[in-house]
Amino acid sequence: MKEKNIIIPDHEVAISTKDMAVYYGEKKALHETRLSFPKYRITALIGASGSAKSTFLRSLNRMNDKVARVTGEINFEGININSSKVNVNELRRRIGMVFQQPNPFAKSIYDNITYALKYQGIKDKQTLDQIVEESLRGAALWDEVKDNLDKSALALSGGQQQRLCIARAIAVKPEILLLDEPASALDPISTAKLEETLMKLRENYTMIMVTHNMQQAARTSDYTAFFHLGEVYEYDHTSNIFQNPQVELTLNYVEGRFG
Amino acid sequence: MDAKKVDRIAKRVIQTMVLMIVVLLVLILGYILVTGLSQTKLDFIFKISKAAQAGGGIRDQLFNSLYLLVLALLISVPLSLGAGIYLAEYAPDNWFTRMLKTLIEILSSLPSIVVGLFAYLVLVIKFQIGFSIIAGAMALTFFNLPLLTSNIENAFRNLPDSQREAGLALGLSQWKMIKGILLPRIVPSIITAVILSSGRIFGEAAALIYTSGQSAPILNYANWNPFSPDSPLNIMRPAETLAVHIWKLNSEGLTPDADAISAAASAVLIIVVLLFNISAHYFGEKLEQKLTAKR
Amino acid sequence: MENDVQKQLTSPSKATRENIRGKALTFIIASLIIVLTVAVIGFIAIKGITTFTKDGVNLWDFLTKSNWNPGSIKDGKPEVGAAPMILGSFLVTLLAAVIATPFSLAIGIYMSEYASKKTNKLLRPVLELFTGVPSVVYGFLGLVIIVPMMRTIFGGTGFGILPGAIVLFVMIFPTITSMVVDALTAVPVSYRQAALALGATQWQSIYKIVLRAATPGILTAVIFGMARAFGEALAVQMVIGNSVLMPTSLVSPTATLTSQLTSQIGNTIMGSIQNDALWSLALVLLIMSLFFNLLVKMIARKRKI
Repeated sequence: MKEKNIIIPDHEVAISTKDMAVYYGEKKALHETRLSFPKYRITALIGASGSAKSTFLRSLNRMNDKVARVTGEINFEGININSSKVNVNELRRRIGMVFQQPNPFAKSIYDNITYALKYQGIKDKQTLDQIVEESLRGAALWDEVKDNLDKSALALSGGQQQRLCIARAIAVKPEILLLDEPASALDPISTAKLEETLMKLRENYTMIMVTHNMQQAARTSDYTAFFHLGEVYEYDHTSNIFQNPQVELTLNYVEGRFG
Repeated sequence: MDAKKVDRIAKRVIQTMVLMIVVLLVLILGYILVTGLSQTKLDFIFKISKAAQAGGGIRDQLFNSLYLLVLALLISVPLSLGAGIYLAEYAPDNWFTRMLKTLIEILSSLPSIVVGLFAYLVLVIKFQIGFSIIAGAMALTFFNLPLLTSNIENAFRNLPDSQREAGLALGLSQWKMIKGILLPRIVPSIITAVILSSGRIFGEAAALIYTSGQSAPILNYANWNPFSPDSPLNIMRPAETLAVHIWKLNSEGLTPDADAISAAASAVLIIVVLLFNISAHYFGEKLEQKLTAKR
Repeated sequence: MENDVQKQLTSPSKATRENIRGKALTFIIASLIIVLTVAVIGFIAIKGITTFTKDGVNLWDFLTKSNWNPGSIKDGKPEVGAAPMILGSFLVTLLAAVIATPFSLAIGIYMSEYASKKTNKLLRPVLELFTGVPSVVYGFLGLVIIVPMMRTIFGGTGFGILPGAIVLFVMIFPTITSMVVDALTAVPVSYRQAALALGATQWQSIYKIVLRAATPGILTAVIFGMARAFGEALAVQMVIGNSVLMPTSLVSPTATLTSQLTSQIGNTIMGSIQNDALWSLALVLLIMSLFFNLLVKMIARKRKI
């Protein structure tokens, strides 16, 4: 077996890293990575806790700015976005994120979605209404909440809240959606619904998702990267990772020998 | 003596001491409310005060207290909010922040008479503002600022990071995230903190005797011109407050019914503080429920 | 060649400007507090030392002599002996703390160890209410209840250290108690369970385990209370008697730093020696307040280790 197996997808690339590493203080949490993520595909990041997969994900939209030092390049839209010259607010609008715990604002469902839109200067009520409907449909939540848009978002169930967070993220029309274990706080039924939603969104969004759940990775993703103790050991088509891994560590992990 | 016996005795002693304190507190409250509300007619609230004869009221003093409170809050709330936001959301962990925190602690522990004397020295004397409401409001601000700032800082710190991340990940600026996402969530805590500090401001006297002064010009409530000396709105006029009035009645001994008026004014002070306390709890809980309601 | 997206990604936007403005605004406000605090300390320090620099008063005489008569010159020097007031301030403060501490401990132990949740729910707001009672109200009560009582028991005027200390005790006791309760309830339940499991009685577990674990917190509470008592002006001024004499007994009229400041600063002319001497009293007050602050800090630091 090989020591490492990292492919370069033969597909248009949405975002890629080049020798990107992350340090917390003096400690190197993530070793140099070189990964390319294909456009309009779902890529899963798997690995045990402490493998730095979340750290990797959060570096892509510069959410680690205050807590860690990120070196190397992240290429997006033809420029290196890991640079102090880049406008992080603009970047984050283009690279959205959904978190582990649903984190809706303490506002109505409608305001949750329109808050960032209004901030961008979209004031027209009709346009806003339209985007709200589109986003909620996109997140498969419209039918459940269309009559209660003024209701507090905190009154929704956990699964609904997480789909609202997805709706909120896609409302600003990002190119990439980062998902940090989006289903970890949800029950199986909500999880199934969420996965269905992601499969549908794949038509218009590039998604990168951290997950602990290997079935979820196998079911939903096109590509999978396996992280272990701050290093990427394997990156390949999901089917290869789960059926025919090239690296022994990957094999051990997907067969559940550690994790 | 065996341990069991000591245990029983200790418990008994503690219970007795608690009882003594409870009795003391009930007596204090009872004395003020009973003597305060029985010796004067309630209409003393609407009468003007008299220095050398009986039958005076507290109309202008009560108004002055309320007006000063409002002004002090108008100045200190925005400042505390700014400083609280800086400490909770922006301040890096460095020597400057540590110094800032130490100085806030020092300011909050300074005796109010010292703060009052500083305001007297700088505002009343150096800047020649004279005894005035605005000097009093500034003194109260100095006195209120540190505690309100730490309350607001803590309220921000108690918010989960997930809310910050949610806002930032949508491309909001940090400032917009703080203002639009975090701030609305801590409104109940801010209101509670402001009401509690209102109680302290309302009863404060030492910081005021040499800033807003010890005289209460008779006010004409029909005069709304803020530049006229007998207008209640004028911020350059001297203004004895209710708490200062109680002190003055008792330290000068000119007024024949000083005791009765003091008792009544004390009762008013305590009732107002009590109202502040109750409404702080009420607002805090009510708004918290509303914001996190699982309808 | 840059395309539109690249341009947007690399140029400042509304958000960038907001970030700068927001941070700058809050930073300026925070700095204002620094300026303010430094100004308070600086102004009072400068005013307070003129007695020694300009008026030629000896610092040692100021601290130890008991003749307070700043207007009159004796042996070429003004008589500025602040000992009665310094002593007065320390005596009322210590006495108030000595009376308040056992009661605060009793209520603290009662609330954290014996009382039911329901009782606590009742006692907490009561303590909060009494913390909020304005100090002039306590001063007034002292004047109409305590002072006449002292007069009946001990004769004389009834004014003095003892009534001052009693008024301060009632005033600082709710503050100390609230903090003591916090310190006691912060001791983990497992400590108590461990003691009880070893066969200790409840009192033994309280006395040997809980109180010992909470000692730094209790000390902090008492120092806080003392700082408040030391700086309290009006309530003390109303019952202390206001004559600058060495206290001969606990019920002889005397003065404290705060009472002297309160009653005299309005009667003196800025820049006169009488006035300068009062600012020196304010400086002593300020230094003591900083000292109490330092004590609390030292306890907190020790607790961390």
